[in-house]
Amino acid sequence: MSTLRFSQAVDLAVRHAMDEDDGVVVFGEDVPMIRRELLARFGPARVRPTPISESAFLGAAVGASLGGLRPIVEVQLVDFLTVGLSALVNEAAKVDTFSGGRWQAPMVVRATCGGGYGDGGQHEQALWGMLGGIPGLTVVVPSNPADAAGLMLSAIAHDGPVVFLEHKLLSDMWLEWMGGSRRKSVDFDLPASGIEGAVDDPPVPVPIGRATVLREGRDIALISLGVGVHRCLQAAQLLANDGVDAAVMDLRTVAPLDRTAITEMAESTGRVLAVDEDYTAGGLSGEIAVAACAGRPSVRFGRVTTESTIPYARDREEAGLPNVGRILDAVKPLLE
Amino acid sequence: MRGRLPDEPRFVLYDLVMSRRSTTLEDLYLQMARMRAFEEAAAELWADGLISGELHLGIGEEGIVAGILDHLADGDAMALDHRGTPPLVGRGANLESLFLELLGHPDGLGGGNGGHMHLFDRTLLAASSGIVGASAPTACGFAFSHQQLRPGRVAVAFLGESAVNQGMVMEALNLAAVWKLPVVFVVKDNGWAISTRSSRMTGGDLVRRAASFGLTARKVDGSDVMEVWEEARRMTARARAGKGPSYLHATCHRPRGHFEDDPLLRRVEEPRALADDFRQVMKAARRAQQPIRSRVAGLAAIGRTIATVTVTRRRTKDPLSHAARRLDDPKALDRKAAEEVKGAVVAALARVGTRR
Ligand SMILES: Cc1ncc(C[n+]2csc(CCOP(=O)(O)OP(=O)(O)O)c2C)c(N)n1
Ligand SMILES: [Mg+2]
Repeated sequence: MSTLRFSQAVDLAVRHAMDEDDGVVVFGEDVPMIRRELLARFGPARVRPTPISESAFLGAAVGASLGGLRPIVEVQLVDFLTVGLSALVNEAAKVDTFSGGRWQAPMVVRATCGGGYGDGGQHEQALWGMLGGIPGLTVVVPSNPADAAGLMLSAIAHDGPVVFLEHKLLSDMWLEWMGGSRRKSVDFDLPASGIEGAVDDPPVPVPIGRATVLREGRDIALISLGVGVHRCLQAAQLLANDGVDAAVMDLRTVAPLDRTAITEMAESTGRVLAVDEDYTAGGLSGEIAVAACAGRPSVRFGRVTTESTIPYARDREEAGLPNVGRILDAVKPLLE
Repeated sequence: MRGRLPDEPRFVLYDLVMSRRSTTLEDLYLQMARMRAFEEAAAELWADGLISGELHLGIGEEGIVAGILDHLADGDAMALDHRGTPPLVGRGANLESLFLELLGHPDGLGGGNGGHMHLFDRTLLAASSGIVGASAPTACGFAFSHQQLRPGRVAVAFLGESAVNQGMVMEALNLAAVWKLPVVFVVKDNGWAISTRSSRMTGGDLVRRAASFGLTARKVDGSDVMEVWEEARRMTARARAGKGPSYLHATCHRPRGHFEDDPLLRRVEEPRALADDFRQVMKAARRAQQPIRSRVAGLAAIGRTIATVTVTRRRTKDPLSHAARRLDDPKALDRKAAEEVKGAVVAALARVGTRR
């Protein structure tokens, strides 16, 4: 067990998987520099750069997986994945069904996501709801290093396409790249408990599709993922000072969603607040509502989401992303 | 406030002016100096934490941008990439509102909503995208709208050399050819895509690639603004005359790396950073259970990238010093540009100050 930073933990999992299975390969833009330790370990045949050609290399990942490899294909930001989306939506996600369950496409798309560092609305999206809505796609969004390593192991072992998202506020390496975080003049609201943490070596696999309860509570359940989990934990602490006993659930997986866990949580608290950094409509928060009301239709539900294109201006950006203030405001009417 | 699209009668006047005017190297140098001064000021604002996110500057690309822009006027359109400020400065965007946009102020060019990678100026028909390659199809669309609404106008796409490997760019080249669009694709070849040497990820030759789609394709030295200007004159004239699209491949350099505080550049500038990295990578290679051959090849690939950065960094091709050598008093032009930019920064910062 050692203390690792978020992306280091993911790399540790990738390393173990590559040691165990020669078929695990890593490719994507700038991969040789970004994953230079993997390159030094496994050589240029298994750790390779790509041209800026998302539709080609995402499509190639599908073909490579059909041919027997287990590719981990890196897209720097999930926003860029949309350039090659057909490979995921029309190809990878369909293989299992179209082959009558006789053929799978075991591939992992590793990408960063999320905002909070002022890069603007084309570089800070979450998009996990849209991706998670496609049957055949698995989407995971870990909130801490141990889960990140464990979910990466499970993602590589999974017999189908998995989108693995790392939030940039959790990954110091990416925040340095995208946010210029070495500047002493900038300040980001970084969740300490997510950036660094104890990770087993080798990491313990975390099952896909299983939520976890990080804090028990009787009055209301705050259900989130990624950075949102840490905002919820902070909010729960503040609510406790006011005598409100809030539970916090980390979904960890967007698809398949742990509906049972959500339903049980909603039944025991009677109130659910979904805190989802993705856009409001057509996504995860609505699905949380459906699961929350599945057991007891009288459950009171609210949500804190990203309601518009994320503004570049830092103050407006912070105000628009799910934050502790918005969570507390949204809890109030549910308690009345 | 909504910008107004330029109206038709001005085009006639414009054609008259364009056919008779003469551009001097002084004019082009002043434009380059304005772009440079603007971006140096932006770099400072970024270092001070007043500009957030990544900041990609076009320092080193001014020769290409100025050489093209001199042939554009009202009604012409530009599709910009992640290095969008030099073309906007050169086309006459309001410098104060450009600064205010980078500072995230409500009075910025896009109300502080877009930021430096997502700059839009409706009056100039200028649209940006941080999605690599997106400028090429957008320029095709601008050019189509010209064919229908503003005959004689041209659309320019600015993009990097590695963007030409993007599917949408190759599709756009073909679309431009088959629709005979009045568009000029301007490729600024700085040799790099972030930490990747572009030539290692590009099959064949890009000029020949573009030519094979049926475009008029030429390569020029982008550090020589006059060379760019000459070729751009022919290409824009071709487009205006309805003779179809062109592809201009202009070489340049990237003295500040991919973006501000580029970690790759830091490795060659700060021996400590490189040493730390080296130790880390060697440790990984030593502990690995993989065949020695692949590990050595992996280390060699890393070493080669660092060596290439070191070498290419010394090979400067600054378009301003290139032009300055042929001018009597470039310093006076530098001062003029610096004054204008300083005025805009001071005004912008004062507005930001009153808001806070
Ligand atoms: C679709 C997409 N993929 C990847 C990126 C990340 N990215 C930003 S700039 C860049 C390199 C672009 O290289 P080039 O086209 O040569 O332009 P340069 O930065 O050298 O000016 C990359 C890969 C992106 N912004 N968009
Ligand atoms: Mg380049």
